[in-house]
Amino acid sequence: MTLAVTSPKNAAPVFYLTNEQPHPEGSSTMLGFWIYLMSDCLIFAILFATYGVLSGSYAAGPAPKDLFELPLVAVNTSMLLLSSITYGFAMLAMQKGKVAPTQAWLAVTGLFGLAFVGIELYEFRHLIHIGATPQRSAFLSSFYTLVGTHGLHVSFGLLWLVTLMAQVARHGLIPANRRRLMCLSLFWHFLDVIWIGVFTFVYLLGVLR
Amino acid sequence: MFDNPDLIKAIFGRLTLESLPLHEPIVVGTFIVVALGGIALLGAITYFRLWGYLWREWFTTVDHKRIGIMYMILGVVMLLRGFSDAIMMRLQQAMAFNGSEGYLNAHHYDQVFTAHGVIMIFFVAMPLVTGLMNYVVPLQIGARDVSFPFLNNFSFWMTTGGAVLVMASLFVGEFARTGWLAYPPLSNIGYSPDVGVDYYIWALQVAGVGTTLSGINLICTILKMRAPGMTMMKMPVFTWTAFCTNVLIVASFPVLTAVLALLSLDRYVGTNFFTNDFGGNPMMYVNLIWIWGHPEVYILVLPAFGVFSEVVATFCGKRLFGYTSMVYATIVITILSYLVWLHHFFTMGSGASVNSFFGITTMIISIPTGAKIFNWLFTMYHGRIRFELPMMWTLAFMLTFVIGGMTGVLLAVPPADFVLHNSLFLVAHFHNVIISGVVFGMFAGMTYWFPKAFGFRLDPFWGKVSFWCWLSGFILAFAPLYVLGLMGVTRRLRVFDDPSLQIWFIIAGVGAFLILLGILAFLVQIAVSIRNREALRDVTGDPWNGRTLEWATSSPPPAYNFAFTPVVHDNDAWWDMKRRGYQRPLGGFKAIHMPSNTGAGVVLAGLATTLGFALIWYMWWLAAVSFVALLAVAIGHTFNYHRDFYIPAKDVVRTEEERTRLLAAGA
Repeated sequence: MTLAVTSPKNAAPVFYLTNEQPHPEGSSTMLGFWIYLMSDCLIFAILFATYGVLSGSYAAGPAPKDLFELPLVAVNTSMLLLSSITYGFAMLAMQKGKVAPTQAWLAVTGLFGLAFVGIELYEFRHLIHIGATPQRSAFLSSFYTLVGTHGLHVSFGLLWLVTLMAQVARHGLIPANRRRLMCLSLFWHFLDVIWIGVFTFVYLLGVLR
Repeated sequence: MFDNPDLIKAIFGRLTLESLPLHEPIVVGTFIVVALGGIALLGAITYFRLWGYLWREWFTTVDHKRIGIMYMILGVVMLLRGFSDAIMMRLQQAMAFNGSEGYLNAHHYDQVFTAHGVIMIFFVAMPLVTGLMNYVVPLQIGARDVSFPFLNNFSFWMTTGGAVLVMASLFVGEFARTGWLAYPPLSNIGYSPDVGVDYYIWALQVAGVGTTLSGINLICTILKMRAPGMTMMKMPVFTWTAFCTNVLIVASFPVLTAVLALLSLDRYVGTNFFTNDFGGNPMMYVNLIWIWGHPEVYILVLPAFGVFSEVVATFCGKRLFGYTSMVYATIVITILSYLVWLHHFFTMGSGASVNSFFGITTMIISIPTGAKIFNWLFTMYHGRIRFELPMMWTLAFMLTFVIGGMTGVLLAVPPADFVLHNSLFLVAHFHNVIISGVVFGMFAGMTYWFPKAFGFRLDPFWGKVSFWCWLSGFILAFAPLYVLGLMGVTRRLRVFDDPSLQIWFIIAGVGAFLILLGILAFLVQIAVSIRNREALRDVTGDPWNGRTLEWATSSPPPAYNFAFTPVVHDNDAWWDMKRRGYQRPLGGFKAIHMPSNTGAGVVLAGLATTLGFALIWYMWWLAAVSFVALLAVAIGHTFNYHRDFYIPAKDVVRTEEERTRLLAAGA
């Protein structure tokens, strides 16, 4: 495009394009979705900051050491990390234009995601059962909110995944669907990165201190 | 069935007949007036059979120009509500001396000052700023629409949904009595058990989604949709300020969303983020909300700076002085606006070093702002100044904004702030910068771009009446507050003991009355202009001898904005085109690819508003239903792959030939 607009010094300047389609449909989508993810990242930043300030406010209640079971969290983390890898395989299959393997890897990703959410709910249920409720202390309020917001994001990701599988089944890997799968891919890996932050700052540092 | 209290409670939640403020005569009177006005409006629309037209052409539109206009209408309508609150407060404070209680009880008065702040910032200033950006930016960068046209429609309706919730609080239940930022612990469930704070939370959450999405949309538009040849450093200054403002929106509104979500958890679930016990920390809220709140101030004022830059260059017939420094000043303000939030509460007691840091960063902001003022002055220097209305607003801004800026630097000195914190001096300061910066800027922008949007100018006589009423009223209303603040009067007081203060409040009340005349004159101006539109008609599309691309197309522009995408060679693209003998293309038109209208935005925003209303009143079944419906409609909408169409070449030819004919007739 830039070549077309620089006219030689003496020639009449070009003030408009007679033949053009400079903004194909969806050309802003990846940038827009990336910016959305950064805004979402800020929400997590605030939740992390809140956790950072309130994580020592036990109000004479249980502390991380009393609550967190690292083996369970490790299993949960591996579920999410594996789901990121399988999503990557789905994207590779998509690049090759193969519908069936794409769908299969997406389904595997969904199962790992479902396992992640399931284990998290199990953990929450257990904590509430032993009296460590969100209302118990500011530490627990911020813990449940940070981890729960992440879990909520994964759940929405699952809903989105199912929707996209239906759309791929219906229309195949048309450009619009590829774009959507790319967006969900960004979203899914983004949640992985957030979880690594949660695992490190909430669980690992929690049991250390 | 109506004898069963449990069933009634399950259906209506907290909503009972007692929730309707039938015992408040002022509210009942207002309700009757609003209801009669509303019925008259709806009746008129039905009588003239306009529903179909409004739905097809406006409510479901994805055209950035129409969405921009709807934002402006929302802003002006809400200005009337926000100003009613203002003049009620002025009247109350002027009356409540010598043992008089005034005419507003405390319960009502506290809602009035809270609603005034919330409405003016979120539902007047934000829609006006967003509307102007929506209308002007795509035209200035030579684009056909924004990056995500459907999202744009959805954003508008979400903002409107928030406004609807705030308006509903006037007649169904009540609004918050906490001040416009709803600090806990006062805003927590223990001290504000009623629906007021919940109205506040959900109105802002619904509107906030719209604002964030429209920010993302405009950033993408500016980065991706510029006409060929328009590098970043060739963008018009208004587009630059719009860009920085939208970066600020995307980087600050999520903070508001998060902090309000935490407050809702405290209120609904009983968590302990901002409580006084169980380890909660109310000052966390104050910090977080100002991390959003300070950038918000610049979100509002940067586009106004952009308007002034365009107006000064146009009405002085000169290229803007110091374009590069203007751009960098804007960027520096964008960054610095994140490093000053603590100056809103130096009295928190964070210690001398922290307070000094935030005091100094605050003062540093005056440097890029000062650079801008000098750039505008140097643009005027040796220019051929035309004192048209937009230029008058700009001059009034420059003269009065500097005073507000200086009192701001004064407040940035922590020891001085300890004395002036929460005083009327502060109230005078921020009205001084917001009214002369944002409000004058929006009036300048509306007068400047009105002929572009509608094809005729605004009547200058009534505009001048409005201008002088606003300017003198604004000075009279807020200069006394500076004096009162220095004398130690704190904000949000309802009654006063010291009779010697009354004269200042009466002067301020006279000022508010003059502003009322200014607003009325503005409405008269619009009515008169519509009536005299043939006399005020502009067929050239360039009534002010403008410099930027929006003046290259017709007024109002066709749906596709430009028949051919313009090519840009200079900062002042249209000026350059005129200077170098640009010939308007007369043939060779092709079909133009455009997005289709959709009703999904209205439906989604309606469901989100319903969800908010249900959560406010604890109608859990309705909340669940509207939430599920929201998801279903959103997912359903993604199954629609046919979202665009082509404007046939013959329609483009017809539109362009009509313009050729008008231009020939005008010349």
